[in-house]
Amino acid sequence: MNWKLSLNIALTHLLTKKKQSIVAMLGVTFGISMFIIMISFMTGVNQFTEDLAMDNTPHVHIYKSIEIEDKKIVALDKPAGDSNWYVVKHQRPKNELSKIKNGLAVMERIENMPGVRGVAPQVSTQVFYNNGPVQIPGTVFGVDVKKQADLFDLDKKMDLGELNDLLKGSDVIIMGKGLAKKMGVTIGDRVSVTTPEGGNLNLKIVGIFSYGIAQLDQTQSYATLATVQKILQKDPSYVTDLNLKMKDVNAASALAKSLENQLPDVKIEDWETANQSILAGTQIRNIMTFVVCFTLLVVAGFGIYNIMNMNIINKMKDIAILKATGFQGADVTGIFMLQSVMIGIAGGFFGLIIGFFFSYLLSITPFPAGEFFRIDTFPVNFNPVHYFIGLFFGFLTTLFAGWFPSRKAAKVDPVQIIRG
Amino acid sequence: MATVLKAENIKKKFFQPTEFEVLKGLDFEVHEGEFFSIIGKSGCGKSTLLYILSTMDTDYDGTMHIKGEQLTGKTQNQLSKFRNEHLGFVFQFHFLLPEFTALKNVMLPALKLGKYSEKEIEHRAIEKLRLVGMDEFAHKHANRLSGGQQQRVAIARALVNDPAIIMGDEPTGNLDKANSMRVFDIFKQLAEENKQTIITVTHDHDFANGSDRIMEMEDGRILGIEPPTEPTPYIK
Repeated sequence: MNWKLSLNIALTHLLTKKKQSIVAMLGVTFGISMFIIMISFMTGVNQFTEDLAMDNTPHVHIYKSIEIEDKKIVALDKPAGDSNWYVVKHQRPKNELSKIKNGLAVMERIENMPGVRGVAPQVSTQVFYNNGPVQIPGTVFGVDVKKQADLFDLDKKMDLGELNDLLKGSDVIIMGKGLAKKMGVTIGDRVSVTTPEGGNLNLKIVGIFSYGIAQLDQTQSYATLATVQKILQKDPSYVTDLNLKMKDVNAASALAKSLENQLPDVKIEDWETANQSILAGTQIRNIMTFVVCFTLLVVAGFGIYNIMNMNIINKMKDIAILKATGFQGADVTGIFMLQSVMIGIAGGFFGLIIGFFFSYLLSITPFPAGEFFRIDTFPVNFNPVHYFIGLFFGFLTTLFAGWFPSRKAAKVDPVQIIRG
Repeated sequence: MATVLKAENIKKKFFQPTEFEVLKGLDFEVHEGEFFSIIGKSGCGKSTLLYILSTMDTDYDGTMHIKGEQLTGKTQNQLSKFRNEHLGFVFQFHFLLPEFTALKNVMLPALKLGKYSEKEIEHRAIEKLRLVGMDEFAHKHANRLSGGQQQRVAIARALVNDPAIIMGDEPTGNLDKANSMRVFDIFKQLAEENKQTIITVTHDHDFANGSDRIMEMEDGRILGIEPPTEPTPYIK
């Protein structure tokens, strides 16, 4: 089969019927550009919500959980001759510290494990923020400031003040935006916190942060490890949580499993277990994105199929002539496949450009997200992989859409056409 | 004279709308450089026979040889190749590719054959166009030419690969007297000077009377193959 000749004929066909070729091309262009816009925007949104949830979520969370062991206590010293069992029901937990044993040593050990990016120690406690006579319940986290910034980007969530201000004074705290608003306080004001055990400390606010998640911003505040240990009246080795970040997120559950064997007296939870609902949401959105995008490509494919079919019906006479003068079935298939493929490539290429242009416009469009969200424009993901996928599938659909009409063209019986 | 085409016991049946035997066993030979006409009433099977001879219709009984090669039983692709190289066609309706220039239309079968370089093919195509008096229209688009002009370009296309046999299905059926005479002269010249064989199906008795032998058909049978007896205005 003579490719150069087929290409020559295909090109002549396309260029003679410019209008028809452009309409066919626009079908692909529209499909691919919508695909790019949709997938960029949808994955941008997914990425945004995932970041929102993942930024302050540890990949593995180690903490001491106070829970009742599900073991029935049986009275041991039964009187002689008594054949009954005495079972204690409704046990209460014993007074146990929520401290992780040798917390800081464990932390160092885990930090040296392969695949671990870092471990941030944390002391957390339920508190009441006292605002005049009103008490607002919430949580104070004592953290290692540098690690919290490194691993959880807390420094990037600051609305007012700097995270490092926590290191500059003693008895200082940074507060969630919603919480500060509720209490009517801002930087420089003082607030008194009380623990359930009765510990009390007067703290100065040096910063306001917001995660963009109301539930967190309305209850949380951060201070240094030492400050919270002071509120709780505990020693410097008192650590209640270890928050791990992995180099590879997907290795988290494997590490959690191996840690479970090494640290039997603490509870270990990986992010997948903790965030199942978010993961499910992301997965459903991804499926939807792909269904919509796939549909767009199929619609574009049908457009090409129709136009190629029409084209071939119009060209029956020409096909008969080509065959009568010695062109083979494969040559005819080649001519029409090449047309289809050229439409696909040109249309796909323009689709990418238009898709990029519109997703760029979208990415600079202001987005009124409300005061909690930390974005001002629509989240758009510019991933080159999407552009390759778009071009590839655009090419593939035109290949399929062109194949069946082209096969039909190859089977044209010249005698029937020429005899009329 | 050498035999260029030999048909033995050619039979063909149509099944639509009802079973009907259109060719009832034909035997004949055509010689090299012969101008061979097939005449007969409509429906006698002469066009059907021509399409079998042209190798485009493969659904028949009997055997056919062209240039000593048996073509019956070959695959479509083999036949396409054979047609490309050894056969030329001229149809009643001129059937040029409308998107291409006259020159390109003539060049296409040669480009497909790929025996010569593109430059050479163009040169040869222009020569063939000159032979049919169309060289000055070479770069005109096919759909801008008149019917007679298109038919002459179609003849040039049939000639471009120097085929052994040129077949025409009522090549003058759609043309006026002047253009018909031109086509006839070209055919006559090809047969006499180039020793190319011409086989045409025609309704035009004057045209047939200018040929070397006439095969008359009726109801799927050969009535007779004889040289023409009547004079014709085509030959002055």
